Amino acid sequence: MIEVEQLTKEYAGQAAVRGVSFKVGRGEIVGFLGPNGAGKSTTMRILACYLPATSGRARVAGFDVFEQSLEVRRRLGYLPENVPIPAELRVDEYLSYRAALRGLSGNRARARVAAAKEQCALGDVGRRIIGQLSKGYRQRVGLADALLHEPDLLILDEPTIGLDPEQIAQVRDLIRSLGERHTVLLSTHILPEVEAVCSRVIIIHRGRIAAQGTPAELTEQAHAATHIRIEAKPPAGAVDAAALLAALPGVEAVERVTGGAGEWRHFELRAAAGMDPREEVFRLASARGWTLREVSRRQPSLEEVFVRIIHSGEGEVNRES
Amino acid sequence: MRPFLALIERELKALFYSPVAYVVLGAFFLLTGLNFYSVVSAFSRGPAGVTLVEAYFNTIVFWFALLPVFPLLTMRLYAEEFRLGTWELLQTAPVRDWQIVLAKFLGVFCFYLLLWIPTTLYFAVFQWVTREDAAQALGAYGGSFLLILLMGAFFLSLGALCSALTSSQIVAWVTSFAVIVAVFFTGFLGYVVPNISQNLRDIVAYFSTAEHMYEFTRGLIDTRPLVYYLSLTVLLQFLTFLVLQSRRWRR
Repeated sequence: MIEVEQLTKEYAGQAAVRGVSFKVGRGEIVGFLGPNGAGKSTTMRILACYLPATSGRARVAGFDVFEQSLEVRRRLGYLPENVPIPAELRVDEYLSYRAALRGLSGNRARARVAAAKEQCALGDVGRRIIGQLSKGYRQRVGLADALLHEPDLLILDEPTIGLDPEQIAQVRDLIRSLGERHTVLLSTHILPEVEAVCSRVIIIHRGRIAAQGTPAELTEQAHAATHIRIEAKPPAGAVDAAALLAALPGVEAVERVTGGAGEWRHFELRAAAGMDPREEVFRLASARGWTLREVSRRQPSLEEVFVRIIHSGEGEVNRES
Repeated sequence: MRPFLALIERELKALFYSPVAYVVLGAFFLLTGLNFYSVVSAFSRGPAGVTLVEAYFNTIVFWFALLPVFPLLTMRLYAEEFRLGTWELLQTAPVRDWQIVLAKFLGVFCFYLLLWIPTTLYFAVFQWVTREDAAQALGAYGGSFLLILLMGAFFLSLGALCSALTSSQIVAWVTSFAVIVAVFFTGFLGYVVPNISQNLRDIVAYFSTAEHMYEFTRGLIDTRPLVYYLSLTVLLQFLTFLVLQSRRWRR
């Protein structure tokens, strides 16, 4: 659905996007992840035919975004950051106007406006003036607008920014349901959002793609470790519990220990890649007569992966310069 | 065609949903009403050498009321969309830039037509009450309104271009008003500068909007001003289109 090759965009000599290449297949929900100013919005604006690229190519549904921009725009629903929609119009008025801009008219236009409002739960605000709506509703009006012409591709720039937690949950549910019929490219700098919604992630940093893959693949790629947390009470006068744990197969290191002999102690182990030493921990505890209260495994969050990738990226940049 | 009509409709709505439209209509109707009143009361004091149409369109009050209207109507055309960011949604919809340019111009031009409803009523009422002709001939009526339309198209295009160059409505108003006033007063150069050569005086007279109005209200329909306003309107619309195109690259 999207093919981007060596895309570069410079603003007055400053590169915002440098040689970005990626592909998005039909039906995918892809998250564009990166810190503020990483080049997410710029890339999306190029794909939405709002900005011309300095060099490189971008194609949407097989059409070049620059050469065949009108064809691309017909197949694209775009929600810009901050949803700039005219405040003086009523919701229904605005949506019918946007439907007409897409060449829909008569019954077809009315049906599409009604369907988009239904999808975005806007049924009861049709007569309201957009300027008087809350941010959550405005966001949904923007989304409904993007859906009017049943586009193949939806590009959503920060669709949940500035919303309260309940509204965020609603918008996420909506996006997930949209993924059944449309290809979605959304940008965010909120990590849980990606984990909650996206089938694939592209991490972009300083105008370059730092990593891409499913959340699981990224975790592997980043060599982020699995952590095991143990709460146990070794009997008084036992030998050094931490040393025993460290000697277990599959344990790389004991990272944190609290408490002393004869009381409840917490241990945090770092497991070797691909290993799960919880069984070994149990056997050790039963052999040594420890009372166990907790043995749990914590998978690395995408957040850790993200921080790791961004930092390693910075290392490369520093080495270059 | 449907998207194009939607754009024009949107433009008219934007005007009527803002107070500017009503303030402009109110102030213009008030001032032209005063203008009509003063002309008719001058007629009632004694015989006049001119017809109502000639007198009405050639007073200082008339020009003072009309010239600020153009920048007031056009200042928000593009500047407001740039400032609010709605331009981004317009540019990513499947409409072409020339459609936007033309639709915005036609929208504001339709509004401009509304300004002249009371004026036509004044002339009708005058004829009905006094049983005198308001103009020398039908050609003087037609000529006057033809010039009003073409001159309006030119000044509105100037305003549209100024609006496309900035994201501040105030800047758009000031620049377009300055240019419109400058164009208007070029015609008076012959009266202001004493030692101007006759040739230059003649050339400047071609550009004098006030001079055109004087001739057309007497029924002298000259094709030269018509070509002048029409060609400049087309040129200015094209320049606006180019400015918008180049805007894509400057961002």
